[in-house]
Amino acid sequence: MTDNPTPSATTTAAATTTAAAATGAAAATDVVHLTAAATAAAIAAGELSAVEATQAALDRIAKVDDTIHAFLHVDAEGALAAARSVDERRAAGERLGPLAGVPLALKDVLTARGMPTTCGSRILEGWHAPYDATVVSRLRAADVVLLGKVNMDEFAMGSSTENSAYGPTRNPWDTTRIPGGSSGGSAAAVAALEAPLAIGTDTGGSIRQPAAVCGLVGVKPTYGGVSRYGLVAFSSSLDQAGPLARTVTDAALLHAAIAGHDPLDSTSVDVPVPAVVAAAGRRDIRGVRVGVVRELAGDGYDPGVEAAFTAAVETLTALGAEVVEVSCPHFTYALPAYYLIAPSECSSNLARFDAMRFGLRIGDDGQAGAEEVMSRTREAGFGPEVKRRIILGTYALSSGYYDAYYGQAQKVRTLISRDFSAAFEQVDVLVSPTTPTPAFPLGAKVDDPVAMYLSDLCTIPSNLAGGPAMSLPAGLVDGLPVGIQIMAPPFADDRLYLVGGALEEALDARRGHPLLDEAPAL
Amino acid sequence: MSTAAPASALPSYADALARYEPVIGLETHVELGTVSKMFCGCPTAFGAEPNTQVCPVCLGLPGSLPVVNEAAVRFAVMIGLALHCDIASWCRFARKNYFYPDMPKNFQISQYDEPLCTDGWLDVEVDGEVHRVGITRVHMEEDTGKSLHVGGATGRIHGATHSLVDYNRAGIPLVEIVTEPDVRSPEVARAYVDELRELIRALGVSDVRMEQGSLRCDANVSLRRRPAPGEPDAPFGTRTETKNLNSLRSVERAVRYEITRQAGLLDDGERIRQETRHFDEAAGRTSSGRSKEEATDYRYFPEPDLTPLALPVQYVDELRVGLPELPAARRARLIAEHGYTTRDLTDLRNAGVLDLVEQTVAAGAAPAAARKWWLNELARRAADAGSQPSDLAITAADVARITVLVAAGELTDALARKVIDGVLAGEGTPDEVVAGRGLAVVADDGALTAAVDAAIAAAPDIAEKVRGGKVNAVGPLVGAVMKAMKGQADAASVRGLLLERLGAS
Repeated sequence: MTDNPTPSATTTAAATTTAAAATGAAAATDVVHLTAAATAAAIAAGELSAVEATQAALDRIAKVDDTIHAFLHVDAEGALAAARSVDERRAAGERLGPLAGVPLALKDVLTARGMPTTCGSRILEGWHAPYDATVVSRLRAADVVLLGKVNMDEFAMGSSTENSAYGPTRNPWDTTRIPGGSSGGSAAAVAALEAPLAIGTDTGGSIRQPAAVCGLVGVKPTYGGVSRYGLVAFSSSLDQAGPLARTVTDAALLHAAIAGHDPLDSTSVDVPVPAVVAAAGRRDIRGVRVGVVRELAGDGYDPGVEAAFTAAVETLTALGAEVVEVSCPHFTYALPAYYLIAPSECSSNLARFDAMRFGLRIGDDGQAGAEEVMSRTREAGFGPEVKRRIILGTYALSSGYYDAYYGQAQKVRTLISRDFSAAFEQVDVLVSPTTPTPAFPLGAKVDDPVAMYLSDLCTIPSNLAGGPAMSLPAGLVDGLPVGIQIMAPPFADDRLYLVGGALEEALDARRGHPLLDEAPAL
Repeated sequence: MSTAAPASALPSYADALARYEPVIGLETHVELGTVSKMFCGCPTAFGAEPNTQVCPVCLGLPGSLPVVNEAAVRFAVMIGLALHCDIASWCRFARKNYFYPDMPKNFQISQYDEPLCTDGWLDVEVDGEVHRVGITRVHMEEDTGKSLHVGGATGRIHGATHSLVDYNRAGIPLVEIVTEPDVRSPEVARAYVDELRELIRALGVSDVRMEQGSLRCDANVSLRRRPAPGEPDAPFGTRTETKNLNSLRSVERAVRYEITRQAGLLDDGERIRQETRHFDEAAGRTSSGRSKEEATDYRYFPEPDLTPLALPVQYVDELRVGLPELPAARRARLIAEHGYTTRDLTDLRNAGVLDLVEQTVAAGAAPAAARKWWLNELARRAADAGSQPSDLAITAADVARITVLVAAGELTDALARKVIDGVLAGEGTPDEVVAGRGLAVVADDGALTAAVDAAIAAAPDIAEKVRGGKVNAVGPLVGAVMKAMKGQADAASVRGLLLERLGAS
């Protein structure tokens, strides 16, 4: 591989290298190419210090983030302190976890002590949460190094990260294009080699769609599998935090670190965490039954996306999977149902942003009443997409409309769950393209909300039904990455990693290198 | 304000009742006496410094999530069972959405169309007549914070320059108990709240202090024209809801005022506006609050942050079996066992001494004597001291002992009051006070010695017990001596003499 003539030769070598290759050198350019697993292994072996890994990431951020704009807040001091602690304890002989010392970018919708939490909104500008989200406390307990907070569509509402009050993030594959959203900062940070790992959140596809258009692995775990405590709610019944990474194994390691029952979240389920890391390493899918969802194809799907998807499915067949076509007839109604349920819940969840206890306060001139201050603050503090959804949700929950909108949408949700249940009687996993198109240019859909909403056509059904889903790089369309989505029944998250791990290995082997190696240098 | 009162003077209450039948329903909020709040671990103690009993959850900080307090559910089920309700095997919380600064999330977690308890009743007695009040529902919710309006004359929001909010109360568990529109008079309305308060107090699930707001009542009142003989009942009229009545007296007065106010409007041919109203204690009048037509649409929907509550049958059955004796059953028992009248029980309860009287009887007092001493003497002393009878430094056992001494003739009522003085002053038990203060009238040694010997001879079995060391068994002998001495002996001396003779001192 070292004689690969493409400019990504060094990238290839580093990304696929073992820990030994990083020995001594620890040159920043090499270190940032390491996978999370390789970084952790190098640190555990004493070949790389956590401080070196962290500093390499910080240097990379300093070098490329002016262009990418993934980070809203970089906590260099906190990250280096955490890294030093890892190095000291390793030196003292303490046994550390499988991600100890690995840097990570945190979506700015999760609270973390010592850092601001903005949710990409002006209304929370300057707010510091006095507590850690459960995901964050688990990351800290796993000795993962938090580099800082990354950009997102305001309150996770959007598919392009253009709805951030702090400016858009750019796609590292083509900086004139969107990185997806709402976890666009998370995806861009990992794709731009600013961090080997990121946490995103997924309400209608907000991890998987950015992962797809940035050429990454992204997983929405089963609803209830990862605690939502400290995840600032957009739509409580749909939101779920999950990993973004460059490999299936890295995603599995991060998934395992954050998952598990949390008494602080009543909707978190007290069942054992599926054995995702083991599943990622199995690489044998002979006899696994794979269903191609008939409804997630056709009109509106880019032919290049369909071609890459078909090729990936053929690879699954070649690996010994039994591929059949299945029908999920109610998936057609998923998008409209989602755009009633999510805005309804958001209209209530976002009511607390009222200038009374925290965040922005506008119009408090000593004369204005509380209601007027609330109103002026919300007018100034929320962006147009957030307002649009609050208005939509307020209307859908109104007396006299509830049954026709929210009530009806919940029935559709039940029907979609039944479609999944019926399909999973025939197959072990379902597959579809992750997104109908590759990354579109910045600004292309900002004035057409409905066109923007169609980005999540394939990803929404899993949110409505609660099951886990993964996006995995399928290939390139005109130089831009596209993803294949794998869906599994609730609490069978390990199936995603089993199928994803095998498919990733086969696709990388055919290509000769990971897809991300083809990204242009920044 | 056209609807505040009719143009002409209000009709008399009697005139109003002659023409109209009041239809009254009551909504009562009760703060549950759990150690921690409804959805977080913060303490619930009353009276702490503002905003010291708060956390990310009850402040509604972004990202925080509620977790249901099991004790609150248990208390709510107990209330439902005591009110003869059906307990839902599956129910949900719902969000009630409206903006107000004292509500941290700008929605209240409550229950809407799937309440925990439904379809019960409570019997209340007024002037010997029992009225059965139907209970529509009992549901759980969280309390709001408390606004303090500063700078105005009245402490109300009108005229205030700014407001302060204390979130200590935010998230305290509440139940709301809603009646059917079954109540037909202010007296029954008051008696219902009174009986409900007793019931909840007996369950031990709330301190139900109306003056501290741990029990708050809203009264829905409407009038309908009384039918002529043979006519069917008229349909219900338009109702008003008078909010936050904070004493039993206010419940009765506010309902009574609403009856006359609405009668006046109806007499003038005006319509009643559906609205919330506030009761002004000082003026004894209600005034218009928010009109229901312009009220918020609460946009209820199931709370997605909480899973449905599915209570196992066994859980509910265990609570049903474990319910304590309820006030109605207790009253029946006290009447049957102690010979009290309903009136006695009302007096004892109003004086706050019912529990103490029962304990005093259990400690050996005659029921009538226990009633007399607590109601007449001790309740008055507590009132003079500005405290509750239960706070007095005298135990039910002490009072029982005093009544026994009085009954035995060893103390006159006047002496007994002095013994009470001594006990309250910390001088020891009644017997110690009698001895210490020398509360004896006469000590004629010759006559006394003879009486002592006679009493011992007359009751050899008791004498034997005392000789055997059961010093307290000496009481009847003391009584006999005191009787023989016609109350003119010093009971403590008699006791001492008896014990000496029996070799037990």
